[in-house]
Amino acid sequence: MNFIGNVARLYQERSEFFIRLTLEHIYLSFIAILIIAIIGLTIGIVIAKNRRLADPVLSLVNFIYTIPSIALFGILVAITGIGNRSALIALVVYGLLPMIRNTYVAITEIDELIIESAVGMGTTQKQLLIKIQLPLALPVIIAGFRIMVVMTIALGGIASFIGAGGLGVAIWRGITTSFPEMTVAGSLLVAFLAIFVDLILGLLEKITRKKVLGTAEKLS
Amino acid sequence: MEIIRFRNVSKAYILEDWVIHQLDFSIEKGEFVTLIGPSGCGKTTMLKMINGLIPFDRGDILINGQSIREWDMIRLRRQIGYVIQQIALFPHMTIEKNISYVLDLLKVERETQRKRSEELIDLVGLERSYLKRYPRELSGGQKQRVGVARALAADPEIVLMDEPFGAVDDITRKILQKEMKQLHKMLEKTIVFVTHDIEEAIHLGTKMVLMDQGEIVQAGTKEEMVFSPNNEFTKRFLESKGFNAYLGQLTIKEVCTLVKQKKVSDEIIETIDGDASVLEGIRRLIEKGVKHLNVIGNNGIIGRFSLEDIKEKIKKGE
Ligand SMILES: Nc1ncnc2c1ncn2[C@@H]1O[C@H](COP(=O)(O)OP(=O)(O)OP(=O)(O)O)[C@@H](O)[C@H]1O
Ligand SMILES: [Mg+2]
Repeated sequence: MNFIGNVARLYQERSEFFIRLTLEHIYLSFIAILIIAIIGLTIGIVIAKNRRLADPVLSLVNFIYTIPSIALFGILVAITGIGNRSALIALVVYGLLPMIRNTYVAITEIDELIIESAVGMGTTQKQLLIKIQLPLALPVIIAGFRIMVVMTIALGGIASFIGAGGLGVAIWRGITTSFPEMTVAGSLLVAFLAIFVDLILGLLEKITRKKVLGTAEKLS
Repeated sequence: MEIIRFRNVSKAYILEDWVIHQLDFSIEKGEFVTLIGPSGCGKTTMLKMINGLIPFDRGDILINGQSIREWDMIRLRRQIGYVIQQIALFPHMTIEKNISYVLDLLKVERETQRKRSEELIDLVGLERSYLKRYPRELSGGQKQRVGVARALAADPEIVLMDEPFGAVDDITRKILQKEMKQLHKMLEKTIVFVTHDIEEAIHLGTKMVLMDQGEIVQAGTKEEMVFSPNNEFTKRFLESKGFNAYLGQLTIKEVCTLVKQKKVSDEIIETIDGDASVLEGIRRLIEKGVKHLNVIGNNGIIGRFSLEDIKEKIKKGE
């Protein structure tokens, strides 16, 4: 009880510090998410339209995903140095997999006959993407986006190990100064942030699924 | 006028394994061609070559006199209606958006699109309130109607249909067939209709094409197909089913001998409705044990029906 009380007191006493870190965290994650979304969506669409590229690209992204984050941080520090830039690169590299994979799967799993119908009626490739493929793929793409966002927010907590700002600063400081209340206070905020965003995106996913497929349930 | 011409067209998915072999025939404008044959004989392949969904290896296909290789494929496809068995309506669009899809591609004004959707939903016999619904909220038969409406939206000259009524129940199929026949009469489109239902092929087609293993076995009017098969395959394929179907779709008033009111003979007392099928007429003749029946039209007796009339009609080969 005492420990939790200490954490609460910490929030109270250092509120400005935590608000600043939270804002930093949101900012860093937001930039990363934006970059991942744009790159991920683009690559996903490109490999869905050129299936021969799909295997090599997905294998590569998968491979990167399996590198332990600490190892990747180490490599990045050696290349791009310490700071926000390295953290951003790390976040982007990790976040790409769910975004690319879901975009690719969502587009390629659309009923062949719907595509055939559309093409048979004189739809150009561009119109096919905009009018048919992306709208129908949207629920699955949003599901991938959601995974990516939560992951990025969580991973952002470790990014301070390589000198980035954000709530990781509190976690890191707590560890290095043997101040567990500080570590927990930072971690809790990361968790709350992730859960909060996850709930909102979950709702969005449900709404689009209902709109596109007519049911909020996942179709197997 | 010749609207579609196959000129020695051959197609193989696997090298030299011809799925379509030297297809050479033409379709006249306004015709309702039913394409029939056993499963895997190449009906779908042939149909999809017309709108360029499947490329061919040899020969040429001319649409309105112009080689398909010279057509702007996107433009051509927008002038050809296309309906497949699974209908494949776009699940994320309302019925209205589905129907006006090609108009949207053609960048027709919104208001015009809306009006056209209303016209078309009337035409295929659905209530306008359906326009705001989504495909998942419709029954199979209703979806088929929407599929037809969608294919007609841009007023195409040609409509391609691949077993469009294959997945609906018998009763609905009969109704849809009847409506399709009426639509064809009314709109004077050229329709190429794939089916493997002999009855459907005879009922709907003004011309039938029978295929087997990538080749046309026989093509012609239903009379020619049913009464003058020029080979063993046609004969076996159509069998009694073709004959039955033929007599089932032929109406009494089409074959009976027309008579003036005054000349109606008193000896004939049994009657039959002019809209009844010839099959029904024959049954009545046998049931009542008579040689003639008086045919009833809208304003009383319009003619006389006997077995002789059928022979006459078929001999003329209309
Ligand atoms: N993509 C493909 N690759 C290889 N072979 C194919 C392909 N599509 C069709 N075929 C073959 O071509 C032949 C003709 O097929 P098609 O689909 O035109 O037949 P169909 O007459 O429409 O049959 P059904 O009545 O069953 O629909 C079949 O032997 C089929 O196996
Ligand atoms: Mg077929």
